[in-house]
Amino acid sequence: MPVATPRWVVAVKAALWGACLAPFALVVLRALEFHGLSLGADPVQELLNVFGKTALNLLLLTLCITPIRRSTGINRLISFRRLLGLFAFFYAMLHFTTYLWLDLRFAWDHVFEDIAKRPYITVGFTALVLLIPLAATSTNRLQRKLGRNWVKLHRLVYVIAVLGVVHFWWQVKLDISEPLLYAFLLAVLLGVRLHHAWTLRRKAATQ
Amino acid sequence: MRTKPDTRIKPSEITPEGAFLNRRTLLKAAVAAGLVPPIMSACEAATIPAGGEFDPKPTKWPGSVTDTPNSFKDISTYNNYYEFGTGKGDPAVNAHTLKTQPWSIQVSGEAAKTGTFTLEDILKPHDLEERIYRLRCVEAWSMVIPWVGFPLADLLKRFEPTSNAKFVQFLTLADRNQMPGIKYPVLEWPYREGLTIEEAMHPLTLVAVGVYGKVLPNQNGAPIRIVVPWKYGFKSAKSIVRIHFTDKRPLTSWNMAAPQEYGFYSNVNPKVDHPRWSQATERKLGGGLFGATRVPTLMFNGYADQVASLYTGLDLAKNY
Repeated sequence: MPVATPRWVVAVKAALWGACLAPFALVVLRALEFHGLSLGADPVQELLNVFGKTALNLLLLTLCITPIRRSTGINRLISFRRLLGLFAFFYAMLHFTTYLWLDLRFAWDHVFEDIAKRPYITVGFTALVLLIPLAATSTNRLQRKLGRNWVKLHRLVYVIAVLGVVHFWWQVKLDISEPLLYAFLLAVLLGVRLHHAWTLRRKAATQ
Repeated sequence: MRTKPDTRIKPSEITPEGAFLNRRTLLKAAVAAGLVPPIMSACEAATIPAGGEFDPKPTKWPGSVTDTPNSFKDISTYNNYYEFGTGKGDPAVNAHTLKTQPWSIQVSGEAAKTGTFTLEDILKPHDLEERIYRLRCVEAWSMVIPWVGFPLADLLKRFEPTSNAKFVQFLTLADRNQMPGIKYPVLEWPYREGLTIEEAMHPLTLVAVGVYGKVLPNQNGAPIRIVVPWKYGFKSAKSIVRIHFTDKRPLTSWNMAAPQEYGFYSNVNPKVDHPRWSQATERKLGGGLFGATRVPTLMFNGYADQVASLYTGLDLAKNY
């Protein structure tokens, strides 16, 4: 019998579901021009921006879990990571679907040319493809079954996050302030891990 | 997918330049002969009206594209005008701080008549026309815009450029107090653009003072801007404070910022891609989310018949 989930965990999960669905809900309201809301003159571009940035935000949030868990000792936090990660995948898929359907209208020639020839699309597409095995192996059953290999496989998230930020950076025309902020946050999150690994190694060496 | 009849003008349908110029001459002659009511010619003294709408109404230019223009809202809320912020919605929010009156333009360089001219002096002798042009952004989206203005050539000729005037440079206002974006060194300020004298004198090159029959909103480059419809949008300098005639190719802001991506010519060309994205097609804005259509980009933005001859013998892939 599994131990009952604490009530606060259930509450936080419910809140996270709401928070993760909010950007999508807002987009729907804007698309329906609810209460004077709108997606602006270039709604396709707006969807690409909202979905892409939300995916990136959630990806960085998943990377916050472990450092926070380590520094606070609240191990339960780990149970929110999958939810955030799967929503990151959801928004990445929405981002790609918008591009494929609403923007390029399934003009496959153009899609393949973009993926092959446009570096920012190549890296973005690679990030999306790499997210698929992570999402597919996110169940408890597979996590248990894959054991140590699961951990190794899910280290891909570091590569994905880097590719995601590069994808954002390379498509910006000139004002790189926003991708720079993402790059900085990612560098901090990866730096914390390097620092942690390094301290562990040093401890092991001195013992 | 919604299908729409193709309303693009076919090259065969475009009125030859000579024909519509003749038409104007005829019209003027007809007015002089008393055949046409004088109301049609009453637009001699162009000024910036205080009430926002031009009176009398600008005449309809016969060369306009027949595509449905984008809404005034789209045109005035989706702008690249980095002096007011780099987001597309920023200029509409921030540009109210721009003071367009009084306004003057400094004319300098290789011309007989140089000096500082007030906006009123600049506009006075010109007839205003409504010209519906396609606008193709280098970011691969496009709009259709009903500008109000007059040919730049008519203005430039008044300054009597010398034979050394091979290029014309345009400078946009760069005032920290009026333009919040100036504090960020995203581009080299003041924003500068330039054309060859032949491009500047081409009858399609427009001085715009309005859109949709109304005075230009600040975010669209009030009170006076250039519109070069066969080039990517950034070539069309906004809120101009200086016109400089020169014998050397002038520096241009986007070229200075990223020379491998933005050349001096920057003609709309579906065969020459931006180094980072394709220019073969464009997202034609105005159809909403599901009606937004991706259409092939036309050579010189569909104005090839009129302007291709300017570039005979020029390698457009090298001179992008």
